[in-house]
Amino acid sequence: MSEPPLLAVRDLDAFYGDFQALFGLSMEVAAGEAVAVIGANGAGKSTLLKSIAGLLRARPDAITFNGARIGGMPAHAVAAQGIALVPEGRGLFASLSVEENLLIGGQLKRPGPWNLQRVYELFPVLGERRHLASTALSGGQQQMVAISRGLMSNPKLLLCDEISLGLAPIVVRDIYARLPAILGQGISLLLVEQDVVQALKTTQRVYCLQEGRVALAGAAKDLTREAIAAAYFGV
Amino acid sequence: MMDWINVILQGVLVGGLYAMFAAGLSLIFGVMRLVNIAHGDLIVLAAYVALVITETFGIGPLVSLVVVVPLMAAIGYMLQRLVLNRTLGEDLLPPLLVTFGLSVIIQNGLLALFTADSRKLQAGDIEVATIRLFEGVYVGVLPLLQFVVAVAVIAALQFVFYRTALGRAFRATADSQSVAQLMGLDNRHVFALAMALSLAVVAIAGVFLAVRANFDPSQGPARLIFGFEAVIIGGLGSLWGTLAGGLILGVAQAIGAHIDPGWQVLAGHICFLVILAVRPEGLFPKVRL
Repeated sequence: MSEPPLLAVRDLDAFYGDFQALFGLSMEVAAGEAVAVIGANGAGKSTLLKSIAGLLRARPDAITFNGARIGGMPAHAVAAQGIALVPEGRGLFASLSVEENLLIGGQLKRPGPWNLQRVYELFPVLGERRHLASTALSGGQQQMVAISRGLMSNPKLLLCDEISLGLAPIVVRDIYARLPAILGQGISLLLVEQDVVQALKTTQRVYCLQEGRVALAGAAKDLTREAIAAAYFGV
Repeated sequence: MMDWINVILQGVLVGGLYAMFAAGLSLIFGVMRLVNIAHGDLIVLAAYVALVITETFGIGPLVSLVVVVPLMAAIGYMLQRLVLNRTLGEDLLPPLLVTFGLSVIIQNGLLALFTADSRKLQAGDIEVATIRLFEGVYVGVLPLLQFVVAVAVIAALQFVFYRTALGRAFRATADSQSVAQLMGLDNRHVFALAMALSLAVVAIAGVFLAVRANFDPSQGPARLIFGFEAVIIGGLGSLWGTLAGGLILGVAQAIGAHIDPGWQVLAGHICFLVILAVRPEGLFPKVRL
């Protein structure tokens, strides 16, 4: 007896023009689970998230979410289904203030526990800087805005694309320390990370990608360093 | 001395009209980097729509705004959704070409329907009414009304852009179309709403133009030029800048006309060229290109 997974990716191919980035990739995320996707640069991690979020074309049956086939749906429709992507490099709106970025995250007005007040409780420093231009914040603070903006849509599944990118280790630890509060609300998490240690600490299951294919999959606590290194670098 | 006060005042009042010509243009460029070559012709189209409405229903031009504004807004939404959305992309050229073609179609369509006869809408007594501002200085009620409406329109657009969810959607989509989609915004719909808003302003500008001066199908390009000049003088991306640009253009033309009536339009162009040479980004620019 197993419930169908919240997100099921089956045999996903992804192309940038003529260049194929993903080759028949399959993976899944169960409701309430935190799953990590790791791999070297160019392995296809961001491509996977973009395909799920609807920014890249996919076959309709390649991606199933909450029972519905969402492959190929435009990104704004996927967002309405309850998937929020925190894009690589934050992707904050430069013309908007911190608070406006959060408000536009809540554009869809989906019901749920996350609102401005909850966000400012989670990240108090954002409340202090709510009316500043989003680009006036430090890298770590901008990442907090980007994550919070995703939370504001009250998603069932949060996709995080390399949230540690360009941040000092102490800032990364600080941000990851808040993730349990987010997971505790029942959101499922699909985390793409370069920082393998943080990824393994935060999630229950891990997929390691190599050149557009799954090279290794398993429970985070079961995978050895050697197995991961082998899968990561393809030796 | 009084002379000059009157000249500048007249320039300011007509400048409000120029700012209205420019506001819709500025809005569209700001939201989707689209230069609408047909903008002036759409103003003239609005004037003819008002003509038909006033003649069919026997209502005054200012009352006809109640019909013309929503009608032009709906035309704007359809135009963007069905035609112009397909031209948007990395290249700035396709929208230019398509709107140029649209300009030709509108001008010739109006010519076929209405002939080249010069027309004007009659607003009645308000056209010749004046009020005395202070000793020796009189202003026409209609120009003053148009100026006040122009300022109100710019203020309303400013409010929409910076204080409403719709304005947030416009600014976010202008920043990044793909990330805006992640927020659940359908770009095609957001752009269509922006064009609808632009044409709603065009409708007001068209009716005011029709009441103030004669119009015929060929008047579009001249309005476009004044609109462009107002936007460039004021600085891209700033609505208040567009108002300032319109006022400066209006005053320059009024001063030129006072020296010699044949110099009116030329004075405006010279002022535009000087500002373009000395401060090409405009007086109050906001947009990084």
